Amino acid sequence: MAEIMRPAIQISNLSFKYHEHSGVSFNDFNLTIYEGERFGLFGPNGAGKSTLMSLMTGLQKAQKGTIQLLDEDIHAKGTRKLFGFVPQDFSLYEELSPCENLNFFGAWAGLTKTETTSRIHELLDILGLTAVKDKPVMTFSGGMKRRVNLAIGVIHKPKILFLDEPTVGVDIQTRHAIIEYLKQLNDAGMTLVYTSHQLAEAEDLCNRIALMDHGKLLACNEINELLHTHKQHDLEALFLQLTGKEFRN
Amino acid sequence: MFKLWATIRKDALLLIRDKVGLLLMFAMPIILVLVITNIQNATFELVNENKIPLLVCNKDTAHTSIEFIAALKHIGMFEITEVSSDLTNESLNTNMHEHDALVAIVIPATFSSTILKKSTQVSSKALHEFGITNDTTNSAAAIHDSTSITFIYNPVLQQSFRQSIHGALSSAIQIIEGKKLVQQLYSTLNEKPMPDNLQMEVLQKNIFIDEIPAAKDGSKTIPNATQHNVPAWTIFAMFFIVISLGGSVVKEKLSGSFVRLKTLPTNYLTALLSKQITFLGVTLLQVFVIFSLGMWFFPYIGLPALNLPKDLFGLLIISLLCGWSAISYAICIGTFAQTQEQANGFGAVSIVILAAISGILVPSFAMPQSFAVIMKLSPLYWCLESYYGLFLERGSLKDVLATALPLVGFIILIQGITLIGLKKKNLI
Repeated sequence: MAEIMRPAIQISNLSFKYHEHSGVSFNDFNLTIYEGERFGLFGPNGAGKSTLMSLMTGLQKAQKGTIQLLDEDIHAKGTRKLFGFVPQDFSLYEELSPCENLNFFGAWAGLTKTETTSRIHELLDILGLTAVKDKPVMTFSGGMKRRVNLAIGVIHKPKILFLDEPTVGVDIQTRHAIIEYLKQLNDAGMTLVYTSHQLAEAEDLCNRIALMDHGKLLACNEINELLHTHKQHDLEALFLQLTGKEFRN
Repeated sequence: MFKLWATIRKDALLLIRDKVGLLLMFAMPIILVLVITNIQNATFELVNENKIPLLVCNKDTAHTSIEFIAALKHIGMFEITEVSSDLTNESLNTNMHEHDALVAIVIPATFSSTILKKSTQVSSKALHEFGITNDTTNSAAAIHDSTSITFIYNPVLQQSFRQSIHGALSSAIQIIEGKKLVQQLYSTLNEKPMPDNLQMEVLQKNIFIDEIPAAKDGSKTIPNATQHNVPAWTIFAMFFIVISLGGSVVKEKLSGSFVRLKTLPTNYLTALLSKQITFLGVTLLQVFVIFSLGMWFFPYIGLPALNLPKDLFGLLIISLLCGWSAISYAICIGTFAQTQEQANGFGAVSIVILAAISGILVPSFAMPQSFAVIMKLSPLYWCLESYYGLFLERGSLKDVLATALPLVGFIILIQGITLIGLKKKNLI
């Protein structure tokens, strides 16, 4: 499959170390994620998932190596239009309504006024937010805020979507709705790069995963292949086998 | 353009929904302007319009002391209450509190005799010098007899206020001394008392003091507490925007939304430009609201009305420059502050200090000479000088260019520092 598909994200010989503190570091790290994939990044706390996400979205700059998104350097002008980002924290203005948030972020994502207006209606409808479109987000439940957070990330129909634990702290119904929507986006051609601690969710959503720890890639393949190779019956057992059972801070 | 418009809309909505911020930006300066103008106007009226309650304890039984009290009344500055001549200084003190009098004087028993003695001696000396009389007894004696009027004052009385009362008392004494000297000269020469009508003519004041403010437009409108305070506290209000705007920049930097903004294909400078436009609108609204209050509301509460300068275009330009200076300063604070507490604390304290050295809290002419250079470091000083040029000196934009240009320099400098800060922090 990899041979016929175009890389959506190409990480080559990446080296990165935080200046301020002794956080996770990457040394000669390589990873390729292909167009149309639903790719999951998994690992315990301190594995480097969020740091890798920051590097792939251009929030951090690597000391060495390159990251390319659809053959464009991550820091090149125009690359930011290619991807969307749904951070774990609610990255929105809680004083504003979903409509007002989407209007602002749509403009910042490079959409015209007409495009933004049309996308706002579409997204509010899909994510079940039409009834509360004019209410301040601060009055919403955690699940509703997650849906607004997701809507903002996809308003400009990016080719690649980075999701950092998009379903943390939500009820079953909201999680189901979010996962189903993400599958729809993927069916439409969007590449998904996803991190989570929910392994069951990963089995449902991802078609390929990477297990990592301390800034290193421990395993990377389709889920069935990984289970077969490591002779495990589920992802949790595989996770514990590769990352150990000791507590992480 | 849609990006900028959407960002301005977002900033405006956030601003409108921040009730505490709005209160700080509008209610606080309005209260400040009202309170300070009222206080200063009351002091102004106390000196210029209201009469100062003055207790007079006259221990002198002769007529000259009565004439002295009449002269004090004639000055028009005092509301005189005569108290018993038996009072001691201590009991006079108690009487002052009872009568709400800020000042009291004790006329000594020797007051009339001292003045009469002096006038006799001076007139004899003068006539002897002219060769009119041969009286050598009085003319040879040195004039060194003196007596004192005791001036008791409430310690709350400011020095400048005390000095003006002191001046009024001295003036009344001089009137009496002059009158007695003329009377003495007349009676010695004519061997009869001076007629009342002649006395009136001699002592009549023919030279008056005509007050004219040095206005550039030639107007004779005398500046009042409103004219001084409204522009000054409007500047303070504009700069106090640092609490809201500086805090907003820090809040955005620390919030999750900033992480997303950094991943979007729009430069953060758009956000800063939007904040400048939005808050420039706020500062102009502050100017409009506070000036309107000064013009239309102040007369209803007994304060003088604010007279706008004739050059309204100049007023708009100066207001824009003042507002932009305030906004540039606030954004700079927000860029370098790590937390909202830092931005609010440093911002507020620095504005109070800059206001203090600029002449807003204490008039610049009353500051020590050593502050002459320091005050010019404060942007509020240049704002105040520009506004005073328009409001008090009644000048036009051309007349205040010299004080407005440093504001342009300040804006360029502070915006440059902000850009360097943003670059260093990898925010642009």
